[in-house]
Amino acid sequence: MTEAPTGPDLLDLATRVADQARPGEQVEAFVARSTSTTVRAYQGEVESLTQAATAGIGVRVVVDHREGFAYAGTLDEAAVQEALDEARDNARYAEPDEFNGLAEPDGVEPAPLDLWPKDLPEVPTAEKVGLALELERATTGRDPRVKGVRVAMYSDGLGEAAVATSTGIRVWDRSGTSYLMVQALATDDGETQIASGLSVGRELTDLSIDEAADDAVLRATRLLGAAKPATQRVTLVLEPRMTATVLGLVGGMLNGEAVLKGRSPFRDRVGEAIASPLLSFVDDPTDPRSLGADVYDGEGLARRRNELVRDGVLQGFLQNTYTGRRSGTASTGSAARGVSSTPGVAAVALAVTPGQGTHEELLAGVERGLLVTSMAGLHSGVNPVSGDFSVGVEGLMVRDGALAEPIREATIASTLQRLLLDIAAVGADLEWLPDGTGGVTLVIPDVTLSGS
Amino acid sequence: MLDQDLIQRTLAAALRTGGDLAEIFVEDKASSNAVLDDGKVEHLTSGRDRGAGIRVIVGDTTGFAHTADLTLAGLLEAAEAAAAAARSGGGGVREVALERQHAPRPHEVSVLPETVGKGEKVELLRRADAAARSAGAAISQVTARYGDSRRRILIANSDGLLTEDDQVRTLLSVMAVATGDTGMQTGYQSIGRTVGFELFDRYDVDQIGREAAERALLKLSARPAPSGTMPVVIGPGGGGVLFHEACGHGLEADLVAKGASVFAGRIGEQVADPRITLVDDGTMAEEWGAFAVDDEGSVAQRNVLIQDGILTDYMWDLLRARKEGRPRSGNGRRQSYKHLPMVRMTNTYVLAGPDDPEDIIASTPKGVYVAHLGGGQVNTATGDFVFGMTEAYLIEDGRITEPIREGNLIGNGPEVLASIDAVGNDFAMGSPGMCGKDGQGVPVGDGVPTLRVPALTVGGTA
Repeated sequence: MTEAPTGPDLLDLATRVADQARPGEQVEAFVARSTSTTVRAYQGEVESLTQAATAGIGVRVVVDHREGFAYAGTLDEAAVQEALDEARDNARYAEPDEFNGLAEPDGVEPAPLDLWPKDLPEVPTAEKVGLALELERATTGRDPRVKGVRVAMYSDGLGEAAVATSTGIRVWDRSGTSYLMVQALATDDGETQIASGLSVGRELTDLSIDEAADDAVLRATRLLGAAKPATQRVTLVLEPRMTATVLGLVGGMLNGEAVLKGRSPFRDRVGEAIASPLLSFVDDPTDPRSLGADVYDGEGLARRRNELVRDGVLQGFLQNTYTGRRSGTASTGSAARGVSSTPGVAAVALAVTPGQGTHEELLAGVERGLLVTSMAGLHSGVNPVSGDFSVGVEGLMVRDGALAEPIREATIASTLQRLLLDIAAVGADLEWLPDGTGGVTLVIPDVTLSGS
Repeated sequence: MLDQDLIQRTLAAALRTGGDLAEIFVEDKASSNAVLDDGKVEHLTSGRDRGAGIRVIVGDTTGFAHTADLTLAGLLEAAEAAAAAARSGGGGVREVALERQHAPRPHEVSVLPETVGKGEKVELLRRADAAARSAGAAISQVTARYGDSRRRILIANSDGLLTEDDQVRTLLSVMAVATGDTGMQTGYQSIGRTVGFELFDRYDVDQIGREAAERALLKLSARPAPSGTMPVVIGPGGGGVLFHEACGHGLEADLVAKGASVFAGRIGEQVADPRITLVDDGTMAEEWGAFAVDDEGSVAQRNVLIQDGILTDYMWDLLRARKEGRPRSGNGRRQSYKHLPMVRMTNTYVLAGPDDPEDIIASTPKGVYVAHLGGGQVNTATGDFVFGMTEAYLIEDGRITEPIREGNLIGNGPEVLASIDAVGNDFAMGSPGMCGKDGQGVPVGDGVPTLRVPALTVGGTA
């Protein structure tokens, strides 16, 4: 709907803005455009169908080491010009910082990734509607206790972005993903449990209704009858998706920005053991298996594989151009941004290097433990500066290697530092999550589970 | 914001192939932000988002499309996309006669932030930073953020509604980090109101900085939080999020209708201690969740949800209210023109009760006093919730003693509501919040008097 250029045109627009740099001034234009379709099904009907098209531009100006930024949620010419003018004006009020400055081409070759789903743009809307309706039917037909869904959804997104700077960056790329998501409601004896199941991919052929429905039904029904456990010490068994969540928290602490500002508990620890020697992980957006795979970062540098922890030893941090320069290293191609923000630093494709043993084999070795299937309160219960960790958990108790009764309304408390060091087993069961993270089963002994 | 003729032609196009209701939501939002971090004003950001979302409702199906192109051509294209999405059957031409409605504004804004120089906004950050750093030598890092937004919206629909609102919000927050032998601790304080720059005539920026720093310093000497089930006293204004999470979400009609709420089918029942009266109030002047009309054009209302412990009503948006044939309650909100509205809270609070706050503490032999709760999360189907304590103390022998480090509280909404055994007479509103639901964030407020929950699980600190 929004009149916006595609492909090379988007790069042309970014370039035209960057080319307006005045002497002594650096200008960067980040231009993005996306379309998406979302279908929500409920009780055999289409509850809503959304067709969305968005486009926008973010402009960064650096002059005398002062940085200003402005964005517009449209690509019409007047708005683009206003964004440039505002960014220039904003730069006047920021304080100079010798490390401010745009990215410059660093010679790293872009990974040969093809992230564009060729068939997806041609799929008729009716087919997408059919998937959402079928997903609801499949979910409610699997178990008599699953009497309904909160929502069954199909969603896709196709996006392209260009970055051009007066320092010589000129890049453009595009990608797309689609997913199915269902929230199943399981009811038994007056009690209701809700849980979601997902299937994620690029093309429609990557998606599986059975995978999403089975997952939602299993997760909702296995928690029926859950009770509050007694307070005790247990061995935690994290499912791959829970490991991915914990890994995401750790990834945030290995962010060069947090490190520079003294906000990371790992800031002085490069070269030291911060985790069990069993644990290694990377942030590798060049791995096409990750849905976080990406060719360029938010400043237009090629994405690359960054090893963060090898055999428990911290290898380094993720950097964008600013944090790399200021810390005396270089960008690791980890600039993260949207149209409406300046580049931050973030991991996009964290993955644990698989260890040994299947999920079942690791469970079998646990005498008295808790298989964690969901964690709540992460945004309030995990302090990214101190590493203090206190979250609500649900899951299934493990006794003598076998799954036992479900529990809810309990918490686990530790620190992230301690959890990493105490890892006793790393599974081989690598699973890729919708957020681009790759998780495996982890076993962590001797953690306090608080209940009644 | 948009010519009336343009609106009428857009709505007519949206209904050209039939439909029960067509709606256009136009938004023009300008925002400015500044961040001071690590002793430096890092950057200033200006943003402008302008566009329209068009929805067509046919039976139980909603078609939705949005566009940033507010010309006739752009609007007609979006209207047709929304109509096609709603798979409308019928047909026929419908004239839409619009009647402009003026909703009373909860209060007037006296200083529009766009009229204030950027230098003046930056100066506030410098003052907050200096105040926080001077609070103690252990303060090692300070981040101060300033943000303002002016969001003008227009809503028109084929029922003839035409209304507008102009929402101005201004916020300043400070996060301080203190470093000591026990590691790093953080303290946070913020002030935000649905007002303009006059906010800073009334609230002292230095004090915001100092309070953030003092919270961080206090936690340096804090003991690990105990773990287990114990009485928890929540301080005035510090724990509104408990009610937002523990029962507010469960009273949203969309979740209730789908059986995803523990409060479904319980209207008229005693769900809480008789001392509890819970209100959601979009008219509360200047509060973070206040507005003149919601994002579907309903006038903001004060809605009593629980009266003296009895569940009286849920919160409603246009879709659910139409389906039930009842009035809306002014709770239809959306993050932006790019989002479909749904049932959302505004300012949610518990009225003051009969008890003396000092007596509440004195009659608690052993427990935890929570001065400030952090963010929270709830599973509406089971009512189980979790939220963080950002400032808390031990209660020993009926007195507040040592500070404890942050940890989570976990409990079950309906159980907590029914078990509250003391409600203070000292009501206060809390800090501005952002509530997330299905990926959309909207500004909300909350408030509580001092109150006691006899048994909550404290997650503890390792």
